[in-house]
Amino acid sequence: MALGYSSFRRNVDLSLGQKILQVNWGLVLTVAGIGAVGVVMLYSAAQGSMDPWASRQLIRLFAGLLLMLALALVDIRVWFRYAYLIYFATLAMLFAVELGGSIGMGAQRWLDLGFVQVQPSEIMKVALVLALARYFHGLNQEDVARPHFLLFPLLLIFAGAGLVLKQPDLGTAGVLILIGGALFFAAGVRLWKFALVVVGGLSAIPIAWQFLHDYQRARIKTFLDPERDPLGAGYHILQSKIALGSGGMGGRGFLQGSQSYLNFLPEKHTDFIFTMLAEEFGLIGALGVLGLFLIVLAYGLAISLRARNHFGRLVALGITCHVFLYVFINVAMVTGLIPVVGVPLPLISYGGTALLAVMCSLGILMSVYVHRDIRISRRGLQGED
Amino acid sequence: MDLRNADQGRYKLFTRRAALVAGGQSLLFAALAGRLYYLQVLEADRYATLAEDNRINLRLLPPPRGRIFDRLGTEIAINERNYRVVLVAERAGDVAETLSALGDIVSISEDDHKRIRKELRRKRAFVPVTVRDNLSWEEVSRIELNAPDLPGAGIEIGQVRHYPHGPAISQVLGYVAPVSENELTDDPLLHQPGFRIGKSGVEKTYDLDLRGAAGRSHVEVNAFGRIMQEVEREEATPGKDMMLTIDADLQQYVYERLSSERSASCVVMDIHSGEVFALASWPGYDPNEFHVGISSKRWRALTTDPLSPLANKALTGLYAPGSTFKLLVALAALEAGISPEERFVCRNEWRLGRALFHCWKKKPGHGAMDMRDAIKQSCDIYFYNVAKQLGIDRIADMAFRFGLGSPNGVDLPNERSGLIPTRAWKLGAIGERWQGGETVITAIGQGFVLTTPLQLATMTARLANGGFAVTPHVMRAAVPDPVMQPEGEDAEPVSPYGYPSMGIPQHHLEQVMEAMDAVVNEWRGTAFGKRIEEEGMEMAGKTGTSQVRRITLKERKSGIIKNEDRPWRFRDHALFVCYAPVHKPQYACAVVVEHGGGGSKVAAPIAHDILLETQKRNPAGLVTPDIADAPTPQQKPKEKSG
Repeated sequence: MALGYSSFRRNVDLSLGQKILQVNWGLVLTVAGIGAVGVVMLYSAAQGSMDPWASRQLIRLFAGLLLMLALALVDIRVWFRYAYLIYFATLAMLFAVELGGSIGMGAQRWLDLGFVQVQPSEIMKVALVLALARYFHGLNQEDVARPHFLLFPLLLIFAGAGLVLKQPDLGTAGVLILIGGALFFAAGVRLWKFALVVVGGLSAIPIAWQFLHDYQRARIKTFLDPERDPLGAGYHILQSKIALGSGGMGGRGFLQGSQSYLNFLPEKHTDFIFTMLAEEFGLIGALGVLGLFLIVLAYGLAISLRARNHFGRLVALGITCHVFLYVFINVAMVTGLIPVVGVPLPLISYGGTALLAVMCSLGILMSVYVHRDIRISRRGLQGED
Repeated sequence: MDLRNADQGRYKLFTRRAALVAGGQSLLFAALAGRLYYLQVLEADRYATLAEDNRINLRLLPPPRGRIFDRLGTEIAINERNYRVVLVAERAGDVAETLSALGDIVSISEDDHKRIRKELRRKRAFVPVTVRDNLSWEEVSRIELNAPDLPGAGIEIGQVRHYPHGPAISQVLGYVAPVSENELTDDPLLHQPGFRIGKSGVEKTYDLDLRGAAGRSHVEVNAFGRIMQEVEREEATPGKDMMLTIDADLQQYVYERLSSERSASCVVMDIHSGEVFALASWPGYDPNEFHVGISSKRWRALTTDPLSPLANKALTGLYAPGSTFKLLVALAALEAGISPEERFVCRNEWRLGRALFHCWKKKPGHGAMDMRDAIKQSCDIYFYNVAKQLGIDRIADMAFRFGLGSPNGVDLPNERSGLIPTRAWKLGAIGERWQGGETVITAIGQGFVLTTPLQLATMTARLANGGFAVTPHVMRAAVPDPVMQPEGEDAEPVSPYGYPSMGIPQHHLEQVMEAMDAVVNEWRGTAFGKRIEEEGMEMAGKTGTSQVRRITLKERKSGIIKNEDRPWRFRDHALFVCYAPVHKPQYACAVVVEHGGGGSKVAAPIAHDILLETQKRNPAGLVTPDIADAPTPQQKPKEKSG
């Protein structure tokens, strides 16, 4: 057989109509709800105006939802087949950015493809999940226990993270490593190996410190002591905490967030949008949004457990971790739990690439669910068992 | 089957690991929720306060300064609208273009250009920068007319203190100027840029009343300081309007009359109430100069001018009173029981021990003089004799009672106390015992004695009002309560204005006043040529000439050099004190012409003109309007929002 379908016990090739019925509409609704919260907050960030952010975000949200649904219908075997291709193409784009990407926000992150500007680092997160999932799909438990089998996936992680760090984008590089670590963990790598890596990583901190940019060092220093420079680097965290705190339990009310309205809050439409939300809608609103994300994560976990192919499980768990890390890092950052690393809040922060990248990830997650009963042999699509 | 089993094992492991991942994520989410609870509930109050500080800015609204009126309700210190053109960079588009277009309408100097460029660089784009101050109406309307071609330019209205009479009342009113470092107090108004306070004169004495209290505007500002909206507003309390005892027209007359001399001062006051009608010091300065900001060159010129235009010489000028002091010596003599009929012979020379003293009258001198003649002709020898009998203590005591040697307590700043020498003073200040010869020259108002023109006027008023210790003041008091005469047999009477008696018998005062009448109105009186001839306005007075430099024996031998031949600064001061009308005294006046020469020749004619003009105007008899009748102050123009 041209394709190794014959070994599967059931014919799981679904028609388009069946696939659409299989799409997890509860998840779609939740995602759309979070996106709508984002549009509302962008409306407020512009002081009660659809321009300049809310209207464009709304269009992107619709486009993103359509893209997400389209990707959900793509056969999981296609993702499996092209996993490495996608990964290396993204790696090549990162190289391209390194060579001649346009400068934005003091970092080279954007690649102008002529018709659209993309941020390869955003794509890399999905690409890494796909590539690692495909690799671990092909290993049995004994293989996973052998250290030399781990060299290739480590290379996949550090090639991507290294290039992103070079841009420089500390936050995304960290996320890539954490996603990789999560997949290693899910694939069954022994816990003592993680301990080894953590110890090694900690001892490497002094060396890594040398490679950090001044502004990255300043952010870490400021995190450790925010009052160090209340008008400089510490300003963001301090103002964010003031805005959050002044929101209280019930918030100041929609469009009433004085701190963001009066521009005390920096980057209120991107990285600090959660602060504005928490100021206007209080603890109740903030926990509500966290609850919506928790629903998405629960769906992701359920999908990973329902999938009958290991590739799908790993992809679903990887994407779940990806979304989780985004949300956690952003909220922890604006509440002053971790340094300011410049990670947007998925589906809510203003920004096209980030929104589309997250929606693509969720599309692939849904694809795992739609094709949950498809089995893929260990060696891959052409293997004979 | 192998595949299925293998996958089964893998799935089991995966399920365990996935559960661990889910548990870890739940824990971290719980941490976020806890953090939010901590910030938004437990610490909410603290952050709410910080947020309010972030948001609300306090802006002071400066109060309009109280206006000052003369006794007739004429405005003598007011607030004028000051139009200035400002430029808001963010509205201008091309700042240079707007500036050059503005330059075609109003003149903008190179200095202005430099300052504007500097301010534009420093300030945020929405903060208005003053392009030019003090625009005329014509310039304002031309700017308004051309507004479409002047993007970003706008007219703002401020207030500027204006003194319509210029230099004439400058010495009384003083001026306002920006606050200097050592004048800062807790009043937040003083810390406002551009706020001005009284620096001298009435503006300084009554600064707190005139200043008013700041209003407050709580405004919501954004992180860049731009005002978003006003949250709360408390209007400023305007400064109190004040009415002076000064008669502006008389003051103007006096000031102009003094201008015939290089440096002179004069006080005209009511002998009963102590109200000062005119108080002038020539040369003066234009107080309007100070508001706009005086150049350092102009300031240096004012402060180093030997004629000291900034000083109010009526209060701060110290002069030996010369023969005017003889009035008090005569009163002391009468009190000591020396008969006014007793005669002393003047032969120009008089010897005390080994020292030789002279009378101003050349040989053969005045001849035999009684007290009336001695005052009328200002004989020195008579007073040498009297002083020798009296001693310094009695003379000083009388001088103190007439307000010399200490400030009169006028409500103007910087009043000097002058000097009445006593034994104790000399021992303390110079460390030597008092000499008899010093008593003698003190008696003719020379030596250590120093007085201010205001003290001389007060002295004359106390003499002419029946012996009450009147004190001068420039603020028109409210209608005084009727004064109750103190009860009891020993109680001293008080004047209708509440001034205590100095305890001098009426007939003593009358004898001296009669002699003062003779000085002016009798032939051979030292001021006979300068008498007022108008019926019922006749004045009485006393001349004085005070030596600036001691005449040396050598000079006396070689013939005294005439006053006019000496350098200006060594010439004698000319003094004249007087009151009028003779038969029903109302006004007292003192004139001092610095280095003017003889009192009768220089000071008396000025006093003649001033007292005549005073009586013609009769400020004491004028009904002063209530201050409430004065036109209400202009509403402080609303600040145009940037």
